[in-house]
Amino acid sequence: MKPPPFAYHAPTHLDEALALLERYGDDAKVLAGGQSLMPLLNFRLSYPSALIDINRVAELSYLRQENGQVCIGALTRQRTIEFSELARRQLPLLHEATTLVGHLPIRTRGTIGGSLAHADPAAEYPTVALVLDAELVLQGPGGRRSIPAEEFFVSYLTTALAPNEIVTEIRFSPAPRTSGWAFEEVARRHGDFALVGVAGVIDTEGEQCRTARLAAAGAGPTPIRLRAAEDILVREGVTEQGIQRAAAKAAELVEPDSDIHASADFRRHLTEVLTRRAIQRARERGQEQRA
Amino acid sequence: MSEPNERSQTITLRVNGTERRGQVEPRKLLVDFLREDLGLTGSHVGCEHGICGACTILVNGEAARSCLMLAVQANGAELMTVEGLAPQAGEPPALPGKTGQLHPLQAAFWEHHGLQCGFCTPGMLMTAYDLLQTNPMPSEAEIRAGLSAVLCRCTGYQGIVEAVQAAAETLRARRGDR
Repeated sequence: MKPPPFAYHAPTHLDEALALLERYGDDAKVLAGGQSLMPLLNFRLSYPSALIDINRVAELSYLRQENGQVCIGALTRQRTIEFSELARRQLPLLHEATTLVGHLPIRTRGTIGGSLAHADPAAEYPTVALVLDAELVLQGPGGRRSIPAEEFFVSYLTTALAPNEIVTEIRFSPAPRTSGWAFEEVARRHGDFALVGVAGVIDTEGEQCRTARLAAAGAGPTPIRLRAAEDILVREGVTEQGIQRAAAKAAELVEPDSDIHASADFRRHLTEVLTRRAIQRARERGQEQRA
Repeated sequence: MSEPNERSQTITLRVNGTERRGQVEPRKLLVDFLREDLGLTGSHVGCEHGICGACTILVNGEAARSCLMLAVQANGAELMTVEGLAPQAGEPPALPGKTGQLHPLQAAFWEHHGLQCGFCTPGMLMTAYDLLQTNPMPSEAEIRAGLSAVLCRCTGYQGIVEAVQAAAETLRARRGDR
């Protein structure tokens, strides 16, 4: 089908975009990469009275290091992150997850801010932001505020973003050099949304686990941080039993739904298997990092 | 500040090396503009929601689905559609002795039976084009991952994968020759 009619604006500065958002409020949609919004428009599942196309707001597109953090402008394309040496070196989990986002011609357009603001719980970036304790910078007419990823994702396709705010930047603190990472997912076809994905960053020494961060995608209304599973790993270490118990706990923590793609039970099963794989691979990579 | 506008706007862009202008309603999809306004019907409209990949073109040198862009978004952009793939006068033919002027990718699809009905072919070619410009020596797995962006319902992909492998070789050899 074809999109419904809308007023179209293509501001070139953030201030202009914010003023337009303030004017239209909830009736406007911000168009970033368009890889989720355009299908919704084509299907006529969304009828915004105005589209505010931020693709010409060049100030929102960057990837840089600042005070030990990696700051990524919201309009930065997934393909840019895929080829970024800085992302590969400092945020290897984000880099690995990027290669799993959709397909090549999706990633050339899709943006990091768009993926986070859209907040599909099965998407890779929300889960990466959650597991890496990223901060999202939101800007509205009253100024800017920063919010941890954990508070940003409220429910299915619902975030803490106010109707007159735009996500402008995502700030990541790189994990310690000694830690390993993994993003494991199962999808029916290459490039599809994952049935379930599990992201992990763990810092181990021998069988001891200093820190563990785990989160699941596609297994609830938001990405889900698996804190009780992290605690088990830290308490029991990355022994066979510790990993097994953490993975079993992860399957208890998620809240998956059944749909035409997979049953809730299968998604729980996948959460357990993928958590185990993510821990094992993250541990191996951590060992390689130190070697 | 720009005023709200649902009425048509003038856009200017370069398509296959030629400057083109158009009057478009903001909601007009880029692929429909290419097909209906510019007569470039090589880009196919399949699913219209970014799944099938038949409408893939190059936008400023990168593969993108033209059903997930508005024509107004392409104002000022440089596009290449499948019609722009064949070599221009003066460039070497892809298959010496073969008729017509084909891009090495097109020639390889011909040689390796990379198509049957041809509906997905423009999207396959343009996606493969970006794949090979960013990864000139892809493994079979990388080709399959790259081409997973485009759905083909007849060939079963084997011929397509072989064609892209062959084209990659031709393009590498050509670069080496120069």
